[in-house]
Amino acid sequence: MPGGTIDGVWRERNTSPAAIAEAMGRLLIEAHETNRAYVPARVMNLVCIVDKAWSGEIANRLRNVGRYHPSRTVVCAVEDYRTTLDAVATVAGPADTRPGGFAVLRETVVVTCGPRHLAHLDTIVDPLVVTDLPTMIWAPHGHPEAVDALRSMSQIVLLDSVAEPDLDDALHRSWDLSSELYVVDLAWLRSTPWRERIAATFDPATVRGDLNLLSHVGVRHHPESAAAALLLVGWLASRLDWEVGALLTRDGPAATRTGKAHARRQDVAIELEADPTMTVPGLSGVALAAASGRALRLDRGTGGLRVHYRRSGRGHDAVEREWTILGASRGEAGILGEGIRQALLRDPTYKPALEAALRLAG
Amino acid sequence: MTELAENPLVKGLERLPVHPTTLVIFGATGDLAKRKLLPALYNLAHEGSLPERFHLIGVSRREKGHEDFAREAEEAIRAFSRREPDEKVLEELLKEVKYVPGTFDDTKLYGRLKEELSAFDEAAGQPLNRAFYLSTAPEFFPVIIESLGNAGLTRDERAEVRVIIEKPFGTTLEEARDLNRRVLSVLDEHQVFRIDHYLGKETVQNMLAFRFANSMFEPLFNRNYVDNVQITAAEDIGIGSRAGYYDNAGALRDLVQNHMLQLLTLLCMEPPVDFSADEVRSEKVKVLRAIPPPGPDAVFRAQYGPGAVGGEEVPGYLQEENVPPDSTTETYAALRLHVENWRWAGVPVYLRTGKRLARKVTEIAITMKPVPHHAFGEEGSIGVRPNQLILTIQPNEGVALSLGAKIPGNRMRIRPVNMEFLYGTTFMSQSPEAYERLIMDAMRGDATLFTRNDEVEAQWRIIDPIVQMWAQDKTPLPQYEAGSQGPEEANNLLLGDDRWRAI
Repeated sequence: MPGGTIDGVWRERNTSPAAIAEAMGRLLIEAHETNRAYVPARVMNLVCIVDKAWSGEIANRLRNVGRYHPSRTVVCAVEDYRTTLDAVATVAGPADTRPGGFAVLRETVVVTCGPRHLAHLDTIVDPLVVTDLPTMIWAPHGHPEAVDALRSMSQIVLLDSVAEPDLDDALHRSWDLSSELYVVDLAWLRSTPWRERIAATFDPATVRGDLNLLSHVGVRHHPESAAAALLLVGWLASRLDWEVGALLTRDGPAATRTGKAHARRQDVAIELEADPTMTVPGLSGVALAAASGRALRLDRGTGGLRVHYRRSGRGHDAVEREWTILGASRGEAGILGEGIRQALLRDPTYKPALEAALRLAG
Repeated sequence: MTELAENPLVKGLERLPVHPTTLVIFGATGDLAKRKLLPALYNLAHEGSLPERFHLIGVSRREKGHEDFAREAEEAIRAFSRREPDEKVLEELLKEVKYVPGTFDDTKLYGRLKEELSAFDEAAGQPLNRAFYLSTAPEFFPVIIESLGNAGLTRDERAEVRVIIEKPFGTTLEEARDLNRRVLSVLDEHQVFRIDHYLGKETVQNMLAFRFANSMFEPLFNRNYVDNVQITAAEDIGIGSRAGYYDNAGALRDLVQNHMLQLLTLLCMEPPVDFSADEVRSEKVKVLRAIPPPGPDAVFRAQYGPGAVGGEEVPGYLQEENVPPDSTTETYAALRLHVENWRWAGVPVYLRTGKRLARKVTEIAITMKPVPHHAFGEEGSIGVRPNQLILTIQPNEGVALSLGAKIPGNRMRIRPVNMEFLYGTTFMSQSPEAYERLIMDAMRGDATLFTRNDEVEAQWRIIDPIVQMWAQDKTPLPQYEAGSQGPEEANNLLLGDDRWRAI
């Protein structure tokens, strides 16, 4: 919130959810009495479960998400050995308000709790969320038991498949959660520009038929982002009706996963390769080739994706070109912001892509 | 190659693919291009929304090179973009920008333009779609389109050619008809995108969602429940440095003929069969056709006199720089219209717009009929008032509903209270600029948010008699105080007990 803020703060040690909820109500009324322009935002509840030692880092990530943010954030900071609840509630608004305009308040509750509270975390969080708004859970440091406790009171879960140490666990956990909740997977969102560009490339009616002739898909990815690569291939497989099975894995600094998908007309060679030079999570390149002779390669570049296009043939039929598709990198803060925004939308293609990715992962 | 009727990869994507396109802006060094079009293009590039192959060509009279134009475009983007430019994206966007100087009636200009377009096609290895954006003075619209036609630039069997035309589309019915005739002698209607940037605003588009996605309001939107409708477009600013344009246009042409009639049609139209461009626009045209031109007693105009705005004294319209002292151009216009169809018969629709009013607001106020029996005493309270539904377009975009509620206490006293929905508290995202949406729609060939030829003529059919009547009357106009609620005489338009809402 640039330009200075006005904060109403309440804190109490050894407190209760009812006391916190009452304090939040009071802070909102006080803010409105201070300045009639202040109105509470009503977008979404975000419940974050974090390790207390790393809560500052998470708070920093949330501060940097830009214009997409939840209206009420409830942070459950888990501290070893703790048996009681401490809480800090904040209602913040911009210091400068426009005459005749309104200014939106942001509400944050930080509850410090112990591991013993996690199995019944819903009894702490439920009184603190705004009723009738969608609630999203985000547990970047694990704590699956806390996520499970909140399942029945939430509609959305934010996760990052590439952040889990074990690829299979990550994909299976997402699949399990998606049976009850809408899953927003940051690994999936990192692939959005790639999916958009692949879709755009094959959109003209004259080249659309090549989708049925794809014979090779190659994806290069950050060494810890195999989940993102599998989801991208899973997306192609689910949208193009490919039959897929487990890929053959070779570990190492430039780990590979290779195999074949069965399309209606031909097999599609699949090649996933870790790119040790990649410094940020996500994909570094995608290559597609069709039996018609067309080949497309997209590489991460400055100012957008760099495209290499080749059409084999004789004489003038053979073409080779390069250009840049404009678009700014969203950065990791932008990806998180996008995750929060996506919570209120519904992408019907993630779950089928995830299902195919699970089969590819074996 | 095997055929696929639809692209299976677009499902679930927010940004739909746009065919590779070269956009040509005529009037590329003008104010609109600098303030709106170039920043809009940058923001589309930043978000990755432009077509994967996108080229920009600027056309204007001033002599300059490609690099000079690119530098000016960069300055404009830095000054007016809604977000801080990413240096790499900005560099890539402007790297291959071309500039073609020349007067718009010079055939050589179109020859050079054709060469630049062909060069981009050649480099891409495919014919790129072409979008010509006419951001020039209106007298050049037919000249440019006819010249494009003569140069063979308006038809391409292998690619789409589209022309985007800024407002105003004519200044009288006759001019609008003549312009349509000349435009459509070169282009097909599906190639023409007449801009009304109000339609690109999120809140204007939300009127369709509000009406047709909520079953609780639609049953009430008719003569049985609605007492009257007021559409207000008030500005607190004066004419600034636009005297040259404004004194020729006036409030009626500047806002009523286009933006305000658009709001009226969206509010009063029947549900379309679907939301395709022609279905929506056909329903809007039906509303316009149901409105008879208002008679002299149903229209009113005035000019702002000296007054105070924001604590500062401001001059009257006739004292503004470059305004003729005997000008009879209106800075305030109010109309009483009737939509004579089954749904709206007998419901007055009041339109008013003005400059230098108390504050800036664009809103639609729908006043419902009063309850049939007043059971509650009025003593000690404001009492029961008709419900009002307010759709605020700008600023503070939102919807408010006034309801009668009991005042706490031991007596049954009633006063109106407001139930408010504010866009800014519910959708934290920043709305794209109207021009971003409209440029993308035009490049994609979606004309839903553009004005069709019969629509623009139907708008002029209502407004033109007023234009003609006012043009013949050169007597000085009534004055209203700058910073006020507007002229008192505008109350004479109101029927029965109707009252203007406070601005």
